[in-house]
Amino acid sequence: MISVQEQDFNQQEEYDRLKCKTSVGAIVTFTGLVRDINNGQSVSDLSLEHYPGMTEKCLVDIVEKAKRRWNVIESTVIHRVGQLAISDQIVFVGIASQHRGDAFAACEFIMDYLKTQAPFWKKETMSDGQTQWVDAREVDQDALSKWVEK
Amino acid sequence: MIKVLFFAKLSEQLGCRELQVEVTAAEDTDQLFKYLIGHKAEWSNILTSQLCLKAVNQAMVNDNVLLKDGDEVAYFPPVTGG
Repeated sequence: MISVQEQDFNQQEEYDRLKCKTSVGAIVTFTGLVRDINNGQSVSDLSLEHYPGMTEKCLVDIVEKAKRRWNVIESTVIHRVGQLAISDQIVFVGIASQHRGDAFAACEFIMDYLKTQAPFWKKETMSDGQTQWVDAREVDQDALSKWVEK
Repeated sequence: MIKVLFFAKLSEQLGCRELQVEVTAAEDTDQLFKYLIGHKAEWSNILTSQLCLKAVNQAMVNDNVLLKDGDEVAYFPPVTGG
């Protein structure tokens, strides 16, 4: 399941959906939250813009890539857009697999690709009321390199 | 016509989210970029002073790509989701 949405999501519901088959032996989930600090500056809220259409295609493509490399029985990617407050959930990636190794790897792979490929952009409002677009980080690009097949 | 979209910081700086460009002025993405640079006086500096990624028909491309009527080309800064 892939969803780009404004509304929040429920961890228990997503976990239950991933657990739907008896062949599932491992579930790994990742949740990204809105932090109150970025680069040492105090953040008061966040808005997320995306490219409707391309975003969904991109997420489908990333999940397909993961499924070709690891045993993935069920998968969920949810990314929120619009206005978000501190501690709000932004993103959820859940992988159900036969074994934990595949579930951990597929989950991390999807997050690393999502962060560098999927067309989302964050704009922060700082505690002084100023707004600023978040810059892409080199560390996120570096994270991709470990997935290059040798 | 070619539908051109801008997102995030780039659309704010340009003051434009979308415009239509005649195919005759943009037979490929290199030509389209040249057209956009000349579209308004301030656009040249904005478009050339930072890394702009581009997507043709919602797929990222690096190289020059031929365009046809009805194509959608988007420009945007490096992504920051997740």
